[in-house]
Amino acid sequence: MTLTEQTAPGRIEAGAEPTDVADLGAARPLRADVWRRFKRNRLAMLGLGFIILLTLVAIFAPLIAPYGITERSSGHFREGPSLDHWFGTDAIGRDVFSRVVYGARVSLRIGFLATLIALVVGLILGATAGFFGGATDSLIMRFTDVFLAIPYIILAVSIATVVGRSENSIILILGLTGWLFVTRIVRASFLGLRRLEYVEAATALGFSRPRIMFRHILPNALQPIIVYGTIAIGAVILSEAALSFVGVGPQEPIPAWGAMVAQAGGGSLASAPHMLFFPAAAICLTVLAFVFVGDGLRDSLDPKLK
Amino acid sequence: MADVIDDVVGRSVAPGKEVLLSLRDLTGGFNTDDGRVQAIDHVSFDVARGEVFAIVGESGSGKSVTAMSILGLQPTLDITGGEILWKGRDLLTLPEDERRRLRGNEIAMIFQDPLTALNPVHTVGRQIGEMARIHEGIGKKQALDRAAELLDLVGIPEARKRANMYPHEFSGGMRQRAMIAMAITCKPDLLIADEPTTALDVTVQAQVLEVLLDIKDEIDSAIILITHDLGVVAGLAHRIMVMYAGRGVELGTTREVFYEPRHPYTLGLLASLPRLDDVGDEPLLPIAGSPPSLIRKPSGCPFHPRCRFARVPGLCDGEVPALRLVAGDAHMSACHYAEELADVTIESLRASVDVTADAELLDVGPVLVGPNGEDDVDAEPTDVFVEEGVAHPGVTERSLDDEGPATWPRREGGR
Amino acid sequence: MTSYIIRRLLQIIPTVFVALSFLFFIFFALPGDPAQLIAGGAERSVEPGVLERINERYGLGDPILVQFKDYWQRTIQWDLGESFLNRRSVNEILGERAVASIRLAIWALIIEVLVGLSVGLLSAIRRYSWSDRFTTIVTAVASAIPVFVLGFVLQWLFAVKPNQWDWPEWARLRTSGIGPDSWTLFFIPTGEQWRYLILPAITLASVTTALLARMTRGSMLEVLRSDYMRTARAKGLRERDVVIRHGLRNAMLPVVTLIGLDFGTAIGAAVLTETTFSWPGLGSQIVTSVNDRDLPVLLGLTLAVVLAYAFVNLIVDISYAWFDPRIRLGKGEQA
Repeated sequence: MTLTEQTAPGRIEAGAEPTDVADLGAARPLRADVWRRFKRNRLAMLGLGFIILLTLVAIFAPLIAPYGITERSSGHFREGPSLDHWFGTDAIGRDVFSRVVYGARVSLRIGFLATLIALVVGLILGATAGFFGGATDSLIMRFTDVFLAIPYIILAVSIATVVGRSENSIILILGLTGWLFVTRIVRASFLGLRRLEYVEAATALGFSRPRIMFRHILPNALQPIIVYGTIAIGAVILSEAALSFVGVGPQEPIPAWGAMVAQAGGGSLASAPHMLFFPAAAICLTVLAFVFVGDGLRDSLDPKLK
Repeated sequence: MADVIDDVVGRSVAPGKEVLLSLRDLTGGFNTDDGRVQAIDHVSFDVARGEVFAIVGESGSGKSVTAMSILGLQPTLDITGGEILWKGRDLLTLPEDERRRLRGNEIAMIFQDPLTALNPVHTVGRQIGEMARIHEGIGKKQALDRAAELLDLVGIPEARKRANMYPHEFSGGMRQRAMIAMAITCKPDLLIADEPTTALDVTVQAQVLEVLLDIKDEIDSAIILITHDLGVVAGLAHRIMVMYAGRGVELGTTREVFYEPRHPYTLGLLASLPRLDDVGDEPLLPIAGSPPSLIRKPSGCPFHPRCRFARVPGLCDGEVPALRLVAGDAHMSACHYAEELADVTIESLRASVDVTADAELLDVGPVLVGPNGEDDVDAEPTDVFVEEGVAHPGVTERSLDDEGPATWPRREGGR
Repeated sequence: MTSYIIRRLLQIIPTVFVALSFLFFIFFALPGDPAQLIAGGAERSVEPGVLERINERYGLGDPILVQFKDYWQRTIQWDLGESFLNRRSVNEILGERAVASIRLAIWALIIEVLVGLSVGLLSAIRRYSWSDRFTTIVTAVASAIPVFVLGFVLQWLFAVKPNQWDWPEWARLRTSGIGPDSWTLFFIPTGEQWRYLILPAITLASVTTALLARMTRGSMLEVLRSDYMRTARAKGLRERDVVIRHGLRNAMLPVVTLIGLDFGTAIGAAVLTETTFSWPGLGSQIVTSVNDRDLPVLLGLTLAVVLAYAFVNLIVDISYAWFDPRIRLGKGEQA
């Protein structure tokens, strides 16, 4: 899902994908239990707090940001942090703090929407493949393979070249490339769960297939998806930053954190390191927050993972 | 206490036989996030050269933990008391180096699932040969030859060829034989077989057990056979120890334990087994309930919540019964009322309980026996004793806690 | 084993074919009129005459299927066309740029394997020790830092600051370009070359190293818990030998695959790293081509990368099959 596949669950820990059929049908802890366990995880709570804070910042951006994103303070170029400009100014005099704040909107919006698209598409495809198996499965998997044969960034960049560069294009691109991994996870869940005895029982009792699929298998399959989805948001934000860095993201004057980092390179690095530091920190902290929350979710949902 | 046990347990081995292994009062547990799991609780027994000693119990009874603690294979087990004497030396006080020297060499272990117990990326011959290379320092080629010999000894055809194959290329029975071959490489004095046949088909089980017996005779070693399968034990073992909730609850010769059981748990186990000479619809008697949590063990005797004969309130829930001599020379039991059980046989037990044909409801409960053998209070045939939290249609749940043992369902009818 | 290889090949070829065709269609057949793109991008408006000239010059006016056929005919013969920008042969560009990328990649791989494996193994063996905790945190954080950020930070630390603080010349590293481009044995830097190589190599390696470390740790932990490890101990083996002789080989199995899979990740990281350090490789070329909308170059380079990726995956699958006797020898008897 990500440019660098840094935070896809399969990468983080060996065995994050449900490989043991016995685990799949195991009792799911109650919601209250899950929350309680989650609360105990300090990193996860920190992450959650940060995300909430960031979301609020994004929503109330116009109230929080002292300057507009294109507003220039003439004469103040590449200045370090000051009382007027908390994060300093960039090469053409714009307030870095305000741009970072508005950048939160961009990143969060892209992150959530793209992940949503990826989850929905991936869920449908993966469920179909995993549940029906056989030819349908092969077909869908071949289809996925084709996309997987193209290294992620090449794919993203190619589509972006053609579709144009705007926020919506990025959302589309990231969503459409993200479903690949979701499909695999969902499919693995379904394949495993399908063979469980209670599914056989349900079939024997004459429940229709869609009913089995939705009422019985889906709730169990949702668990890894929720975990993956959370981490994926962070991964998408990372990807978006990378694409913006390369020039394929939302165009000026929309402030994308990645683009801001790009502008901070070269000559500015020596004279104005703050231009690098603040947007970079924003990216890192945001991604970390989602990773911690995702990990925390996974640990609280799976009681065996001690 | 320890002295008494010492005395009796020591006598349990036939005179003249050399005692190799002696456990006394072994106690230990695991510290987990949820509390301390008391896995072994004052376990004592002896094993003599050449004999087959069986340890029988349900999962969670502590039998595997006991076995592995002999070899010291469980670093997380916190042993708080007792001793493990091997040829006179206490293994618990030995330095790790010396302990390691014993493993495979004098005491060898055969594990339950040979597929996972063997390394998939090494050939079988290499793994067997490794045993010899570790303890006898022989070269690779010699080790391989030895491995082939051993495979042949345990009855694997084309041994030389097989030695160069990988574990997944063997069938289940052959794998287990290979494990046995590996274990006997250095002619150990004691073989510990942990559920050696559980993972195998019934037909293959018999073969593997036979191999085990033959080998034992060949190298004159003792075997500790750990299993939950009483059938396996009957034909093989000289002496048996029954374990429950980490304690030894009955210890005696096979004959004594099978024909004159003196512990309610043993009785329950035996009564739940079908026998070849059962006629028609004699019921099998399950032991109601499930094994206790080892973190919060019941007070007094750990078996009392499931015991038909439990007298509560009283000794049964008040005091932990010690393993003591109850019959014969060395037949021991950990039950306060073991002597009274002399009158109870499996047949009489089955006859006294009326199990209804309704498959859904378990129509049994603890039977309280008064001092003269009569029943105490009227029974409610529809009362059932079920697992907490498990729904049974038509049953309203009562928790054991809220009403106390005095109101437990009882049976009507005589014995 | 051979049948396995053949099967994999048969799977890959159609997949790659479809993938490349797909790319072709994206570029040349999708809504965005390629001529429009060349002329200035999907968003700008262009004089009418320009579009026609472009269409004619590049044969874009032909029906799409004809273009498709032409494209594949040329490609089979490895004629990747010419750059829209400067009419240079794409093959030539590919050749130049690929070399630089490969050199960088080799070093990144060396770093990744050396550091990643050892860190992962050590941290699994010494679980819960402070060094394990430390590595876990570092890898977690490292995975959240974008490659380009890391690149800039390294630049700042090792090139910009030393300049400002006036460090001696020998301690300063370079951050831009490939420098003298002097090598021996194809990939060993000579002279001043290492100054230009080291920062980009570390940056490129960072992502995959963190991944590899975590994966190795996970794999090793699982192996350490296995039954056959317990059997090995029961045989009286020293703990050290248990780990080395029995644990290692099993733990390495999935890791081998991961090193190969990381190649895909590395491609993405390479694009970013090369851009950050202005390293003249395939990655940075792709980025410039995107911005220039130089479709033939983009398509040609993409093709090369996709092929390389498929090839690497194949090698990985084969070596995995070779290392794991369960796959190499087939199923054998069952219980």
